Amino acid sequence: MKNPIENLNKIFDSRIRMGVMSILVVNEEVSFNDLKQMLDVTDGNLASHMVNLEENGYIKVHKGFIGRKTNTTYSITRAGEKAFKDHIEALENMIKGMK
Amino acid sequence: MFYKVLFMDSQHPPLETLQDIKRIMERSSRFISLSGWSGISAGICALVGAWAAQHRINSYVQTVYGGSFDSGRPRHYGLDTPAALYNDLFLIAAITFTTAFISAFIFTWIRSRRNGTRLWDRTVQRLAWNTMLPMVVGGLVILKAMEMEYFELVAPGCLIFYGLALVNASKYTLGEIRYLGYGQLILGIINLWAVRGGLYFWAAGFGVLHILYGAIMWWRYERKSSSQ
Repeated sequence: MKNPIENLNKIFDSRIRMGVMSILVVNEEVSFNDLKQMLDVTDGNLASHMVNLEENGYIKVHKGFIGRKTNTTYSITRAGEKAFKDHIEALENMIKGMK
Repeated sequence: MFYKVLFMDSQHPPLETLQDIKRIMERSSRFISLSGWSGISAGICALVGAWAAQHRINSYVQTVYGGSFDSGRPRHYGLDTPAALYNDLFLIAAITFTTAFISAFIFTWIRSRRNGTRLWDRTVQRLAWNTMLPMVVGGLVILKAMEMEYFELVAPGCLIFYGLALVNASKYTLGEIRYLGYGQLILGIINLWAVRGGLYFWAAGFGVLHILYGAIMWWRYERKSSSQ
């Protein structure tokens, strides 16, 4: 029998990274501050998770300005969307396997 | 079957994780603090407004025509003028809209504080924009209809454009508001072919449907949390 846990994506083990992906999958473009507020995390903590997701090619970073203040926004990539979908499928299969 | 053991030990069981994901998706894309009480209070304001308007129209008909529009030519023209009627009705409409909006806002504000969500975030901005767009456009069309003295179109116009606004809004807040929108649209369209009953259709849509919707939403989402 195939082991369903091997389909789980290690990158999404973190609840924060999981949360970021959940938000980006239903919102086209979300700013760093909105993510921070929605997930209730600190700047430094979120930033390190965002770097991780970016390095894995799951999210795209857009650097912009509102006046003189930097405004960084994020969106999900195709690869990110697929990885997230596969991860959810794996979770669902685990639940089915439990019954 | 070793994986069963594995995730029994794990901190995030899959079902809980999936529920978390769903909650975050909903919370980040929809404004979910819209309170059922907002619908009920807006509906009550609308009924009071419709009653006041009916009262004012009756008094006009009584003074000028001596009972009914059908009794023919105006008999006491000058005691009450169409301009005065028009002004009063406009005032009643403005007061009704303002009180309905403020009361609806207050209940939703209370609920969002209880939920711990901010009242002016991205979800609210999107909801506001997508609701206001059809309503502002509709408002302009209705103003033009009044200017051209197509007063029969005011009530169905309000119902139809508000219905479209609600259907549009349903993507950005609790999805059930879509059915309230369908209800307004049906009433508005029937009203187009029953133009003399304008105020009754208006009261049914903005009054009765709002109260019904608000009560159902309160029953579904707020009953439990408020009894705790």
